[in-house]
Amino acid sequence: MTPQGGPKLPLLRIAALTKRFGGFTALDNVSVDIRPGERFGLIGPNGSGKTTLINCISGAFRTEVGTVVFRGEDVTRLPPHLRTRRGIARSFQIPRPFKSMTVAENLMVAIDFATTADDFVPAAQRRDAMMSILTRTGLASKADMSATRLSQVELRKMELARAIATRPKLLISDEAMAGLSSSEVDEVLDLLMTLAGQDITVIMIEHIMQAVMRFSERVMCLDAGRIIAIGAPAEVLANQRVQEAYLGT
Amino acid sequence: MSRASIRFWIGATVFLVAIALMTQVIDNEYPFFAGYVILQFIVLAVAWSILGGYAGYVNFGTSAFFGLGVYTAVFLSKATGAPLAVQIAAAAIVGALLGFAVGLVTLRMQGIYFSIATIALTIIIETTVTNWRFVGGAAGIQMQRPPVMPPFHSYVQMLFFVQALLVVLAVTIARYTQISWMGRGLQALKDDELAAECTGVPTLRLKVLACVISGALMCAAGAPAAMYLQYADPSSAFNLNYSVSVLAMSLIGGTAHWVGPVLGAILLGTTQQLLAVTISSEANVLVLGVMLVLFVVAAPEGLIGLIRRIGRNRAGGRT
Repeated sequence: MTPQGGPKLPLLRIAALTKRFGGFTALDNVSVDIRPGERFGLIGPNGSGKTTLINCISGAFRTEVGTVVFRGEDVTRLPPHLRTRRGIARSFQIPRPFKSMTVAENLMVAIDFATTADDFVPAAQRRDAMMSILTRTGLASKADMSATRLSQVELRKMELARAIATRPKLLISDEAMAGLSSSEVDEVLDLLMTLAGQDITVIMIEHIMQAVMRFSERVMCLDAGRIIAIGAPAEVLANQRVQEAYLGT
Repeated sequence: MSRASIRFWIGATVFLVAIALMTQVIDNEYPFFAGYVILQFIVLAVAWSILGGYAGYVNFGTSAFFGLGVYTAVFLSKATGAPLAVQIAAAAIVGALLGFAVGLVTLRMQGIYFSIATIALTIIIETTVTNWRFVGGAAGIQMQRPPVMPPFHSYVQMLFFVQALLVVLAVTIARYTQISWMGRGLQALKDDELAAECTGVPTLRLKVLACVISGALMCAAGAPAAMYLQYADPSSAFNLNYSVSVLAMSLIGGTAHWVGPVLGAILLGTTQQLLAVTISSEANVLVLGVMLVLFVVAAPEGLIGLIRRIGRNRAGGRT
């Protein structure tokens, strides 16, 4: 069923997903399988339905038509927090920190709530886990700083750090690099690469084409809620319809 | 137990011992009569802030929960002659059930809907009680106090002590809620509900739980009120004044910490009692309004925020 057809079950299967807002169809019959460990790029012009798709996968939007199956389980009707506990994590395009908390506390919410009671971990160990994520994301020195005092770059890093702290199997990064300098883009890209090397499947939404091309094993392009191309990055980029959608010719 | 917990329990014990001593030493009934109201407001304000403060869901229906507590006690005492402790326990259960029902229906939606529903709730319950003959209807009902239990000399003294026990219970629960996993979850959903959900916080469950706890405590606080006044009627039991006062107390005290509503209730409750004696009971509504405006403008985070800010400035000045 997957174009490359592996022996493994898909990690995430989106089947015939349609999302309407009143008369507007934001997603139109979208079906895609994502393999475990895959680095998946999601591109498309503004308003093409990328973030809507992410919202449907993470549970922020309820869908009426179509199914979302994660690790063999139908999660279409589950609220977001249960999807998070099953291993779906996301960052937000516009960072949404817990403003009344410090950076460390922001991560502790994820560590305390995203794990279920069966895998209880003692407090000291949870704190260690939190610090190690902060170190990896370059935020260790900001641990006790209020989230409101972070810069834009740091906020984006914290979005990712908080998502990582939920111990995801699938991480969806929604334009984590927008507005960053090229060295910062490299930093975030390296981080995502490392995660992908640790058995975390990553879906990356990005407008910075260079980053998507470098990162992705497979790229999907949406336009007006439909998949117009899917495949190897170079193929998708060369696709006539993709170029039309982006360049508007 | 952590050092803070030990300090807390010592404080609670000292408080209860002091209250008990008062009932043995002071003969005049008036201090207990006035003090009871302040203690009652502490319970209400602390209970209110569990949902209104930690989760940020403003409940305008304090009077619905309070009045329901009053009438649960009235009903039980008339129908079965149950003792006060049973009345309070039953009121807590009724309050929890009401909190659960209202929470489940309205807290699914974010924002203002819950607040609107709680106002409607007050009106519905008050109308129902007004038309319920068994508990006196609109005319109200006289209550006969049972004989007082030793070591107390008067029934009001006893109620004063009982309400002090409820204060300790409410503060203990509020404090636990604040420092436990639940507090962090509520704080997260207050900051950003969607982000909290996507971080694994079961927002609906936490909100309903907070509503249940808050409702149970408010109802329990209302249960002894009929015996305190020896009388209950719907328009005073469900008086909107409770909702407004409790909201003002919590906001003036500050809702980030359980101490806030306690301070707010003591400050406003005492002021109200003094004004009721020296000027008139109507004047306290005016003062309430003025104080609320002053605090919203000058100290939006309440007394707690003010104290913290002064503390920070001091620390900053030293270095």
